Amino acid sequence: MLKIPKIPQQLIPLAILFALLIGALVLARQLLVPDTFGDLGHYRAQVVNEIGSQQLAYAGFEACVDCHTDVYQLKQQSRHKGVACEVCHGPAASHVNAPDEFKPNIPKGRGFCPLCHGYNPSRPSGFPQIIPEQHNPGRACMSCHNPHYPLLPHTPEECSACHRDIANVKVVSPHAALPCTRCHTVPEQHRINPKFVRAEKPSSRELCGQCHAQGAESSPEIPRIDLETHGGRYLCWDCHYPHYPEAHK
Amino acid sequence: MNKEPKIPRREFLENCSRKVPAWFLIMATFGAEEILAQEESKYDPGQHNYAMGIDIHKCIGCGRCADACKKENQVPTEPVFFRTWVERYVIPTEGETQVDSPNGGIDGFPELKSGTEVLRTFFVPKLCNHCANPPCVQVCPVGATFVSEDGVVLVDETYCVGCRYCIQACPYGARYLHPTKKVADKCTFCYHRITKGLLPACVEVCPTQARIFGEVGKPSSPLRRFLRFNDVTVLKPWLNTEPKVYYAGADGEVK
Amino acid sequence: MLNVLTQLPGITGYIYPNEYELHWGLLIVVYPYLTGLVAGAFILASLERVFKVKVLQPIYRLSLLTALSFLIVAPLPLLAHLGHPGRSYEIFLTPNTKSAMAMFGFVYAWYLMVVLLLEVWFDYRKDIVFWSKEKKGIKKFLYKILTLGATDTSEKATLFDNQIGKVITIIGIPSAFLLHGYVGFIFGSVKANPWWSSVLMPIVFLFSAIVSGVAMVLLIYMITSLVRWKQMNMACVNKLAELLLYAMIVDFSLELLDFIQRLYESEESITILSQMISNRLFISLIITQIILGSLVPMLSIAMARFGKLADEMRRMLYFLAVILVQVGIFSTRWNVVIGGQLFSKSLRGLTVYKMELTGLEGLLTAALLLILPFIILFILSRILPPWSEEKPAVSIP
Repeated sequence: MLKIPKIPQQLIPLAILFALLIGALVLARQLLVPDTFGDLGHYRAQVVNEIGSQQLAYAGFEACVDCHTDVYQLKQQSRHKGVACEVCHGPAASHVNAPDEFKPNIPKGRGFCPLCHGYNPSRPSGFPQIIPEQHNPGRACMSCHNPHYPLLPHTPEECSACHRDIANVKVVSPHAALPCTRCHTVPEQHRINPKFVRAEKPSSRELCGQCHAQGAESSPEIPRIDLETHGGRYLCWDCHYPHYPEAHK
Repeated sequence: MNKEPKIPRREFLENCSRKVPAWFLIMATFGAEEILAQEESKYDPGQHNYAMGIDIHKCIGCGRCADACKKENQVPTEPVFFRTWVERYVIPTEGETQVDSPNGGIDGFPELKSGTEVLRTFFVPKLCNHCANPPCVQVCPVGATFVSEDGVVLVDETYCVGCRYCIQACPYGARYLHPTKKVADKCTFCYHRITKGLLPACVEVCPTQARIFGEVGKPSSPLRRFLRFNDVTVLKPWLNTEPKVYYAGADGEVK
Repeated sequence: MLNVLTQLPGITGYIYPNEYELHWGLLIVVYPYLTGLVAGAFILASLERVFKVKVLQPIYRLSLLTALSFLIVAPLPLLAHLGHPGRSYEIFLTPNTKSAMAMFGFVYAWYLMVVLLLEVWFDYRKDIVFWSKEKKGIKKFLYKILTLGATDTSEKATLFDNQIGKVITIIGIPSAFLLHGYVGFIFGSVKANPWWSSVLMPIVFLFSAIVSGVAMVLLIYMITSLVRWKQMNMACVNKLAELLLYAMIVDFSLELLDFIQRLYESEESITILSQMISNRLFISLIITQIILGSLVPMLSIAMARFGKLADEMRRMLYFLAVILVQVGIFSTRWNVVIGGQLFSKSLRGLTVYKMELTGLEGLLTAALLLILPFIILFILSRILPPWSEEKPAVSIP
């Protein structure tokens, strides 16, 4: 006969309590854990559908074309073809659903366009920008520019219309009096279609040498160097920033 | 030995030629075509793996993306809660790089102090990177935040207890505690839009197409071209979070 | 340097917009402080029980009750901090096994029930049975319930109590390490935060816990002796002070090591962290944690313990030292929790902690949570007196 050791009396109520606790935990698991929890991973699978059924505020790039075909097609031939209607007119899903009840906003005045086109030197060079305080103050942007086909009223004469950040640097430099075209070959088409017809940058020392070489026919105040030996293998602009040539630093 | 078929062959073939076309006719009548088409167009998350590309050279810092996001997702408008925001970097010729993001860039950026000699300056849009190895999902004690089957990191707002561990664990500052719901909140890649074939609100309104939305591993996605032609980087790669927002042209100073 | 007009108050440099709000505030400073005291007090009890440091006998039961009091209060700051405390049961039902925080529910439950409550019950059981017979009225009823029906006080039963108590204490030591160490791991494993992310974090947490626990038990022993007009057992007091000193030396060395290593490695975050220490954490780190919380107490205790001083002088120095230690350890928790959120993860800016006075996360709530354990200890010491002079019968050693 196996002698079963007597269980100490203390352990019995403890064992009962622990059993009750474990039981409560198991019961809670059954009752309280949401049904779809764990189906797809350690989360409530149903929430994916819940999040997916959130209300739309923006209708989308192509949403306007069915009713506003003319304007849309006009815009798609212009420089604003990448600008969705809702960038300027705001969220329009409610307008698509009930066109007469909800009307999208039409930004008039001068407050909205400078959000993109107001001069900011951190924007990429070449992006068309104006200084709002100086550019036809008081007049609404739409009075000269059609937002759906934003042609400039006339081809810009100055490069600073799009390259103001460079112009601002050059205008306080020793090269201030030089026009951009002195060094850059700018085809006429570049002013009209800048992304497709590019201006050119110079590629040889001789250009700078026209003023800066020893025997050049230019004003005596212009600093001179020996064009062949000065700077060894480097081209001029490898060391001297042409828009602000800090020759002595 | 050839066994005699139960139904004579000729009879069987005659039945087929009569019954099959009839079956098709019946199906078409009862709109089976539509039913079949519906089966095909039902969204299958397992077929997608969403990611985003951002081209720094194209961003003009207009802030329309941050603005649209707040409108699309009812993000609280106080200037401290953002699902996406735009940062401006100004790297001077001497001294520390200056970064700012006033109200996320929604109202534009103030002028630089005069006399600042700038070496480089640009804008960087930021958002949740929907990491493939997300530290925020790892630390959630209850399973309220998770990676969906289509690669989007989401939060279950009915299950989140608001312990804020995920907000601490995110290296990119993408998460915040919703001030009234008291749960963690963040960019969802506009999950409710992308699962219907639309684009996230921020991508919709970007006027220069600096944001490209697409899928990893899908050759026909616009993101594939972006990844092919750009030298892309991700934020804080040494943390091994495997972010899925790829930056083209991001300067080394971008953190 | 940038002329940024919309700079929010208190911010220097650049922080990610979402970092404006500090997420883990005063309540999350209080929590590791409380669990640290639990771990420290329990380690003291285990020194007497398992490692047979007999001179600590007078504070054995006191340490257990102290640990229990602080453990009962420990989850309260967490519950108050949660956005949805009503959903906190989810941590028991669907814990994410990859999350260190998910461990909390089980480690806490384990430590409370299997370790601390059982140990207290087994240690007091014989006395509870005695009191359930001796006392009258409502107290008799209370003690009867506490016996749980296990009224056997034979020699065999008492021996069993003793043995199992020892086993529980042995299990309790790593459990205590786990209870507080996992909090250190919660912080130490956050790779996104260079102030927290460190292998040393759980170790430092643990040693500072031991420091605070020993100091707290010494403080409580001194105060209760004074209040009860009883003579303090100087051998015990001296031993406690000695242990405190050794623990402080280890703790200080670990933190010094962390500091030196960081400076030497000079990794990317060193610039902003140095700025944070000098601009935001100067008082809480240099003044209250290091000087007042570590150096002054260590010197005082060393002087008092090993110098030739009168007992009254010793007691005075110990008393001041342990109060400073509490301030120091609280500052340590503050510097870890709040400090980790005062700098931006962009490593380019600093922000401020805007502490509220009232409200669930306010100063008053924190003060209440810090006082509550002492109230509970008072109640417990009435029901289960820990004083050795009042032990009704001599139990088997």
